[in-house]
Amino acid sequence: MTQTFRLPEGGLIDRERSLGFRFDGSSYRGFSGDSLASALLANGVHFIGRSFKYHRPRGIFAAGYEEPNALVQLGEDPRTDPNQLATLVDLVDGLAARSQNRWPSLDYDIGALNNLASRAFPSGFYYKTFMWPAAMWMKYEHFIRHAAGMGQSPRERDPDRYDKTQAHCDVLVVGAGPAGLSAALAAARAGARVVLAEQDHLLGGALLGQVGDTIDGAPALEWARAAEAELRALPEVRVLERTTAYGYFDHNFLTLIEKVTDHLVRKPDHLPRHRLWKLRAKQVVLATGSIERPLVFRDNDRPGIMLAGACRTYVNRYAVKPGTTAVVFTNNDSAYGAALDLHGAGVEIAAIVDLRREVIGPMSELAEAAGLPILADHAIVATEGGRRLKRLRAAPMDASGEQVYGSGEPIDCDLLAVSGGWNPTLHLHSQAKGEIVWNDELGCFVPGKASQAALSAGACNGDFGLASCLAEGAAAGQKAAAAAGFKAKGRKKATPKATDHGFLPARWLWLVPSDTPLGHGGKHFHELQNDVTAADLKLALREGYRSIEHVKRYTTTGMGTDQGKTSNVNAIGIVAEATGRAVPDVGVTTFRPPFTPVTFGVFAGRDVDALLDPVRRTPMHGWHQRAGALFEDVGQWRRAWYYPKNGEDLDAAVKREVREVRRSLGIMDASTLGKIDIQGSDASELLNRIYTNAWKKLEVGKCRYGLMLGEDGMVMDDGVTARLGEHHYLMTTTTGNAAPVLAHLEEYIQTEWPELDVYCTSVTEQFATISIAGPNARRLLAELTGDIELSPNAFPHMAVREGTVAGVAARVFRVSFTGESAYEINLPASFGLAVWQAIMTAGEKYGITPYGTEAMHVLRAEKGFIIVGQETDGSINPIDLGMDWIVSKKKDFVGKRSLTRSDMAKPDRKQLVGILTDDPETVLPEGAHLVERLEPQPPMTMLGHVSSSYYSPNVGRSIALALVKGGHAKKGQKLTAPLLDGRTIGCTIVDPVFFDTEGDRLRG
Amino acid sequence: MLLIPCPYCGERDETEFSYGGEAHIERPKDPEKLSDAEWADYVFMRPNSKGILLERWVHSHGCRRWFNLARDTVTYKIHAVYRMGEKPPRVPKTDYV
Repeated sequence: MTQTFRLPEGGLIDRERSLGFRFDGSSYRGFSGDSLASALLANGVHFIGRSFKYHRPRGIFAAGYEEPNALVQLGEDPRTDPNQLATLVDLVDGLAARSQNRWPSLDYDIGALNNLASRAFPSGFYYKTFMWPAAMWMKYEHFIRHAAGMGQSPRERDPDRYDKTQAHCDVLVVGAGPAGLSAALAAARAGARVVLAEQDHLLGGALLGQVGDTIDGAPALEWARAAEAELRALPEVRVLERTTAYGYFDHNFLTLIEKVTDHLVRKPDHLPRHRLWKLRAKQVVLATGSIERPLVFRDNDRPGIMLAGACRTYVNRYAVKPGTTAVVFTNNDSAYGAALDLHGAGVEIAAIVDLRREVIGPMSELAEAAGLPILADHAIVATEGGRRLKRLRAAPMDASGEQVYGSGEPIDCDLLAVSGGWNPTLHLHSQAKGEIVWNDELGCFVPGKASQAALSAGACNGDFGLASCLAEGAAAGQKAAAAAGFKAKGRKKATPKATDHGFLPARWLWLVPSDTPLGHGGKHFHELQNDVTAADLKLALREGYRSIEHVKRYTTTGMGTDQGKTSNVNAIGIVAEATGRAVPDVGVTTFRPPFTPVTFGVFAGRDVDALLDPVRRTPMHGWHQRAGALFEDVGQWRRAWYYPKNGEDLDAAVKREVREVRRSLGIMDASTLGKIDIQGSDASELLNRIYTNAWKKLEVGKCRYGLMLGEDGMVMDDGVTARLGEHHYLMTTTTGNAAPVLAHLEEYIQTEWPELDVYCTSVTEQFATISIAGPNARRLLAELTGDIELSPNAFPHMAVREGTVAGVAARVFRVSFTGESAYEINLPASFGLAVWQAIMTAGEKYGITPYGTEAMHVLRAEKGFIIVGQETDGSINPIDLGMDWIVSKKKDFVGKRSLTRSDMAKPDRKQLVGILTDDPETVLPEGAHLVERLEPQPPMTMLGHVSSSYYSPNVGRSIALALVKGGHAKKGQKLTAPLLDGRTIGCTIVDPVFFDTEGDRLRG
Repeated sequence: MLLIPCPYCGERDETEFSYGGEAHIERPKDPEKLSDAEWADYVFMRPNSKGILLERWVHSHGCRRWFNLARDTVTYKIHAVYRMGEKPPRVPKTDYV
């Protein structure tokens, strides 16, 4: 098919560059500069999709971001995008688009039966029908999703790259229509750093779709081109086209999405597909224009029914005739411009149907002069046509505007251009928490007081004339620049001269009457995308909904991907009228970001895969890898989990590792432990206030285990801290809590105890930590150090010594998390690997066994040592853990007072106990619940849960730790663990220490 | 996203900071002398004021220093910033309902 509806000349298209594209399998041609919508219209294609609920044929309704109907699926998996607006898609050679929401095809759609059965689909239909029984919902949902789906999301991983960038400017101008260009010029001329963002790829805004307007005597677009050229030449101005400011957040922080390569056939490798701009502006000028409001009349949704302003755009910008014979239906003056432009393009104007009782104004005079037939005080009462409008009827109205006389005269036409007035685009102003006020004269909501440093200018401020836009834009640009510290220098440039054409006078009729009652024999759609009618709104009101927010949710009006850009104000008007309230009393629903849909990919940007979160590796990481270790994530750290040998699984490897540690010697990489260097004359005092136990009498060269609580008395962290000098300590924390503990210390030092002379420094990454444990640990260490005396008397358990290990300066802590005699060797990180290898070589004769975190967990559980975050969950205090021996009665410390609150003395607090299963080979799953009395089925009274559970080859059976209500007093009691798989496991509460209860091995 | 004027580093994005709740709630000097209710009031209870609130922030991804803001919890406008230990500035009264 050739472009039958393309005008022979004109338009902002490049006729030298003909582009081929496909829609629903058919091939068409368009021109560079076309949108997908304009190219389809040039080929006479109006029917482009079916509606969401009733599957009624729908056509292209608008020409911009407000389009509710023309949603298409672009491209093929994995590069496919659902719900793309045909009006915003730039035509590129080879573009492939499909219609949505039809099955099996657009022409033969089974769901269209919904339209015939539409009485069965009132508002709240889903709530009413699918409420009960709940189990059936899963079945209903399958069919609902299939029938009412929008587009399809890609099934495969997104192959494109996205980017994010930060930016700052003095003045951000949103929208490059006459007001925005004018504002950007004024601000830039004053010297401000300006960003001008425009969602279109051409600057000019409404001027792009209009002809005949002049600025300073020349065509208005020439002024726009000159403005653009001046802005682009200024070094402090950045013009972002194809960029939508979609979110306006606190303190003038805005988010913008730039579509960088969607319009390119060859996409350069160095460019991202979309770019997210995170922009902080000192001042913002909103010049976002306005959206035309449709009229709500019977069967107002057929393909061929379009907004009047959109018709103008198609004629003037794209040189496309949207029809052959047109009727214009309006309540205001602006649609006369559309009538005249259509007429000028050779479209026959069958009638201008005007709701106003009298037609007056300069525009209607022009129409009359052009000989266009005007039917004043008439309403369109019906339309006909399946896949395209064929005919309509217009009838005279009574004085109230609530009724029509007769059924009206039929008028044949294939295009109906509709205008119900204009709504300022308030979205960003409102997102920024600006007030919204109703303007009775203009019949629309306009911006009230802004709550951030923002000014609205032009049509989005309710000033619709071209001269007003230019003047207001210039004033806003100047004011914004001045507020950002840039005063206009030299002689002020005169505001360019233009003429104002507003759309007043108008007659506000929210609901256009028909010759049949509302809801009978036709539908008055106010919301096209979600198929919501005026009758649905009235039903919601009859059913008792009053708040517009509730009416919205019940009827789903304004809840589509277009967020009701063309429908919300009509819905509010209809609700106001039906409830006898004034429009401002009904109020608006909340505007939320994004203004138009944003691709998920851009939020992820480059923060995917390895770049999602930093990975921290210890200095010995490569050695663990070569040794075949499997790793587990502990916070950002990758820790060696276990080292399988000869095809061992986890169980087999861990059994071997824990046996070898107790039999001879094990080695573990403990570098991830948090390490905080604490210095100052009040270092002891700080520890004394932070930890539950006493610290002032700890000798230099000794270590102590400490518990740290929150002020609520709950365990926050634990670890060993060593006194390296009179005023010098090294604190260790759990791997995951290194940063929170440092923050905790700093908070108290800076906010509660600023008088303390103490400083904390994180040294986690400065030291590598190698832990050697087992009966042969001391013998091995003796071979590697000459200057540290290792006899139990000279270097007892819980002592620290400095010296050399394998020739490297080291701090050696004799501490144990395994219950074996053990040493933690701390070295400068860069020597970690070398010393590890030296130890491995020297340890060969002892069969030294590297063990991972899993074996460490088993070893410590055998001893009943807790892991913070596993045996504790933020609701467990030291007494619950049976660790009252570490809680000082004498001194104050953070959290102490909370331990004597009445709640803490309750006998049914969950307490740490050991658990032994009746069958020694059965290992309880961690997280299993424990009950005293087994019921045939849930619910049962739960006493607690298993926090740690392993098979211990050293004890020769399974062992577990659990938190059980009143557990300390229940030693010896039988419990049962009912499992998800139906098994029930009998077990007994015991003491939580399973191995070497006297601790002889530790001190040996 | 708030733009927070750190008294040591200047204006920075909110993502660099951590919130520390209401300011000028001093840890009791002798907690053991307090009743359970008084202690619970210190640990748990905050008025959650609507209007200008004196609150603590820490520049955790910057200088790591604590400071105070006077911030309107309705408009999020920051009226004043001052260092730990400094007297709170005079701020306008708010009369939100």
